[in-house]
Amino acid sequence: MVDAVTPRGPKPRRRFSRANVMLYGTLIVVALYYALPLYVMIVTSLKGMPEIRLGNIFSPPVEITFQPWVKAWAEACTGINCEGLSRGFWNSVQILIPSVILSIAIASVNGYALANWKFKGSEVFFTILIVGAFIPYQVMLYPLVIILRELGLYGNVWGLVLVHTVFGMPILTLLFRNYFTSVPEELFKAARVDGAGFWGIYFRIMLPMSLPIFVVAIILQVTGIWNDFLFGVIYTKPADYPMTVQLNNIVNSVQGIKEYNVNMAATLLTGLVPLIIYFASGKLFVRGIAAGAVKG
Amino acid sequence: MSSSSKSRKPSGLFRNMSAKIASVPMVLTALVVFVGGTAWTVLYSFTSSKLLPKLNFVGLDQYERLWSTRRWIISIENLAVYGFFSMIFTLVIGFTLAAMLDRKIRGESIFRTIFLYPFALSFVVTGLAWQWILNPDLGIQNVVRQMGWESFTFNPLNDPDIVIYGILIAGLWQGTGLIMVIMLAGLRGIDEDIWKAARVDGIGTVKTYIRVIIPMMRPVFVTALVLIASGIIKIYDLVVAQTNGGPGIASEVPAKYVINYMFRAQNLAQGFAASTMMLLSVVIILIPWAYLEFGGKKRG
Repeated sequence: MVDAVTPRGPKPRRRFSRANVMLYGTLIVVALYYALPLYVMIVTSLKGMPEIRLGNIFSPPVEITFQPWVKAWAEACTGINCEGLSRGFWNSVQILIPSVILSIAIASVNGYALANWKFKGSEVFFTILIVGAFIPYQVMLYPLVIILRELGLYGNVWGLVLVHTVFGMPILTLLFRNYFTSVPEELFKAARVDGAGFWGIYFRIMLPMSLPIFVVAIILQVTGIWNDFLFGVIYTKPADYPMTVQLNNIVNSVQGIKEYNVNMAATLLTGLVPLIIYFASGKLFVRGIAAGAVKG
Repeated sequence: MSSSSKSRKPSGLFRNMSAKIASVPMVLTALVVFVGGTAWTVLYSFTSSKLLPKLNFVGLDQYERLWSTRRWIISIENLAVYGFFSMIFTLVIGFTLAAMLDRKIRGESIFRTIFLYPFALSFVVTGLAWQWILNPDLGIQNVVRQMGWESFTFNPLNDPDIVIYGILIAGLWQGTGLIMVIMLAGLRGIDEDIWKAARVDGIGTVKTYIRVIIPMMRPVFVTALVLIASGIIKIYDLVVAQTNGGPGIASEVPAKYVINYMFRAQNLAQGFAASTMMLLSVVIILIPWAYLEFGGKKRG
């Protein structure tokens, strides 16, 4: 996967052949199309409302204003509550951190047990887990409500953390299992001979060796959990709504005049965390989604 | 040191004890949530549960009601249209982009970064961005009219007949990058010698792709198909953000129907029946795939 993204072979010699002009032309047009929504969001968020009403969504702002961003962050209203998106942001952070830690901790140990400590039935449970990843969430939503209610976690941030851990488990377990399976068995056997047990080998050998896969898992989980809408809306109360849910409530609120610049600033603010991760992590992001897609 | 513990063999249950204890969360998730939860929902879909789940069985009543509800029929039609076009366009666009990026071009990583960034964004952000671009008064329609074409009409989000295509545009923008990356990885796994052989035989580039490369990439296409299909059935947040099912109920989808009946209309069993139908559709897609993927290998 690592070398899969670097092109091979010599660079083509004739750069301005007709085929090449067509190739680059098409790619540039398509790239512009993909970049357009982000551009439109940015320019809209920097315009004042009068300019938006008179102008063109593609034209750059004549007079740049950051007021929409301030308003989206601190003053935008959902119903009677006018604290802005900042509340949703901090809610998302509170949901995100324990969810990422718990889901990765559990899934990495699962993957390790499945790769190195197979026991009777372990493969059966793993198969159920993978098949379960294809079950539409809607089928399991209500049983989980009951389970969380019994545990006293329904409508509580920790309940949502548990839900993210459960639904993140198939893909993460697969990721870690495949990674740990590729670790040379001699290493594991040598540690066994030296008397290291299950946890000893995990913490002293496997963990330090597998930092890259942990980074991939963190990228996968941070973007996935940050972008979640469905679980947030079902398993938390309005006061704890994550940023995506609050964003939707702000933008699609039927009350008041639509302030498109504030809406776009709010949308960008919500998209900022995954976008920063995406642009900063580059190849690791690609590796994360490819690891999820390509079976090991 | 450890020889003393090896001399008496522990009984089967206690062997590998740490691994078993560590796997408890996985076992609970698999058995309680995935198997148990699914069985529970299917069972209660045969009851008349309203506000609370109750085991008063009514046979297939909920399913009869489901299939005679206009909203569900519209949801299914929308899913079919969205699914059909999403499947075709995602595969074609994803593969074409990957093939173009694989032609040893300059700036490949820049193009790849641009094509894939929408995938990092949530469906809510995607839906709201496209809701704004497709806004009839200030969006694309307005821009074209300002340029002089006064009668130009492109207002999918407010036209019940074509609203689902408005959602499709946003969905394709968000999801094609993923398939492109998977296709690109598949293309990079193909032996360079294939191209040399094709060139020697005088087969054109496009023809080589269609006749040689695509058949060789069958497993990649299967993975892509499964990914796209499972994404299509899940479609929910995009619709909620972009149209909230409107205008009227013209862009409703099954996942939204389920959540509406379970958590808003307080008609639990109706929601269970609808979600069971969703499960059934996944099973219908998945079983032939699993048979082809795993059934074939045993015999071969």
